[in-house]
Amino acid sequence: MIENQIDVTLESLVGEVSKMKSDGQRMVTFSCTNIGDGKADIIYHFDKNEVLTNLRLTVDMDKPVPSISGVYFAALLIENEIQDQFDIKFEGLVLDFGRKLYLDDEVTIIPMCNNTKAMKPKK
Amino acid sequence: MARTIIPFGPQHPVLPEPLHVKLVVEDEIVQEAIPALGYVHRGLEKLAEIRDYHQMIQVVERVCGICSNIHSMCYCQGIEEIMGIEVPRRAEYLRTIWSELHRMHSHLLWLGLFADAFGFEALFMQFWRIRERIMDINEATTGSRVITSVNVVGGVRQDLTPEMCSWILSEVDTAVKEIKEIQNTILSDYTVCARTKGVGVLTKEQAYDFGAAGPTLRGSGVASDMRLLKYAAFDKIDFEPIVEPDGDCYARSTVRFRETLQSADLVKQAIAGLPQGDIAAPCKGNPEGEIITRVEQPRGECLYYIKGSGKKFLDRVRIRTPTFANIPPLLAMLPNCELADVPVIILSIDPCISCTER
Amino acid sequence: MFKKFIGNSRAKSPWIMHFDCGSCNGCDIEVLACLTPLYDVERFGVVNVGNPKHADVLLVTGTVNHRNAKVLRNIYDQMPDPKGVIAIGACGLSGGVFRECYNVLGGVDKVIPVDVYVPGCPAKPEAIIDGVVTALAKFEGLKG
Repeated sequence: MIENQIDVTLESLVGEVSKMKSDGQRMVTFSCTNIGDGKADIIYHFDKNEVLTNLRLTVDMDKPVPSISGVYFAALLIENEIQDQFDIKFEGLVLDFGRKLYLDDEVTIIPMCNNTKAMKPKK
Repeated sequence: MARTIIPFGPQHPVLPEPLHVKLVVEDEIVQEAIPALGYVHRGLEKLAEIRDYHQMIQVVERVCGICSNIHSMCYCQGIEEIMGIEVPRRAEYLRTIWSELHRMHSHLLWLGLFADAFGFEALFMQFWRIRERIMDINEATTGSRVITSVNVVGGVRQDLTPEMCSWILSEVDTAVKEIKEIQNTILSDYTVCARTKGVGVLTKEQAYDFGAAGPTLRGSGVASDMRLLKYAAFDKIDFEPIVEPDGDCYARSTVRFRETLQSADLVKQAIAGLPQGDIAAPCKGNPEGEIITRVEQPRGECLYYIKGSGKKFLDRVRIRTPTFANIPPLLAMLPNCELADVPVIILSIDPCISCTER
Repeated sequence: MFKKFIGNSRAKSPWIMHFDCGSCNGCDIEVLACLTPLYDVERFGVVNVGNPKHADVLLVTGTVNHRNAKVLRNIYDQMPDPKGVIAIGACGLSGGVFRECYNVLGGVDKVIPVDVYVPGCPAKPEAIIDGVVTALAKFEGLKG
């Protein structure tokens, strides 16, 4: 059970996040989970006065997600991390490490997917 | 002036850990800082697929050796909340005692390293000498100095006897007395102030926008502390977050120094209020559902997102550690500082790289 | 005569350097605790230095991953001969609790030769001091 949960879509994401920012919310982090069938859940956590608000976005892993690093600069590290671990592309990332934030060239698997060994990285 | 790129780290005398920052400098003034992570990345979140939810306690404790107890406490709280386990009050108080002792030793460690960062080695030795008292308490009560492994799902593993409690109180009192003896040096010594006041300023708005956490946020005047969420025994303990308005390195070190003394007080309060009863509730079944839990670590807010699907193995454990949130603010502090101040500023966020990269 | 002087000094006062190679900090803070007043390795003549070119003994904690393996190799190559390497903690020995992780290669000996292994999770300061003293045996034989 997650309190204060709002469902968002790819189109409404940046708008909702900007609304959070103007509401004076502090961005905590996002959590990405592979839910099978090539889909992933990304939950954006925001905090204001010790109360969490969560935006839930369900995405296809092969489609790019709009980056919110333009709204919250701090999002860039988290988006790069998700890019490393799930190979989800983010559009408009202010500083793109290109899957090299944590991983080196030797790692060719996509680590956090459930069927890691069966999957090959996409070019 | 020509621009030069100076690499800082991954192996650097002031950093016990490999953090790499590329500094673009112009005439000894830093213009831009680009972080490069990945030297400690292990990928332990993935281990949730092959270790069951009891074994994961041992894994999350090793996210970071300095705040290991608080990591496992956060994880256990999450699992208990999913499974609806009522933790005995005594266990909650014991968790509070150990977590505050961990905060004390972590802050004393940091104060020492911080003193070392500007070359004050005698102060480093003093803080680490006092810290050994806290390590002794950890070793005597849990059996290990650093990774205590006291938390289990449903409660704790070890109990404290009344004699143990009074010994802890006297040790903490001695430690507080010794800390107060060097209070003047860390807070008002000329050399310390010269190196830390006005250095690496992070304004309140910047700290909030960049999502800073813990003492970095409180050092900039924002009263945000996850202990206000009243987890464990904090609902019965008198607690007020410590805030300093200035946002420079001096403010951040003052916050941590005052928190050390505050934690000693919290340990005393928790021992005074320690109720009788069981120390662990039985745990049956497997977790099913999602949960977000947050606790306050020595470095700031720590968030766990746990998802289980009724199996022995969890679907996802997402760990967001405080240093991860404090790296963007660091990038805002570094521009326009002198190259010689870089170690002081980097240490002022209390970087824990093994937390950051997991 | 000068050679003899250096050989003796190396065994009497080894300079150590510490490199964290992906450990959880538990072993690192124990290495640092060795230098502080309670354990105080300086009474054995051990001095902690930050520059690999000055060091005789390298203390490595933690698992090796793809990225820091290059750094570790580089640091090892920069140290002058003869040199000793001490791997500290369960992770440094074999990968420990992290050995199945996707980004972990294994223990330190996958990359550089190791002279002394100090077990423990985390290794206690006493054990680390013992490890350093054991590594000195290597230098004893090189006395002039």
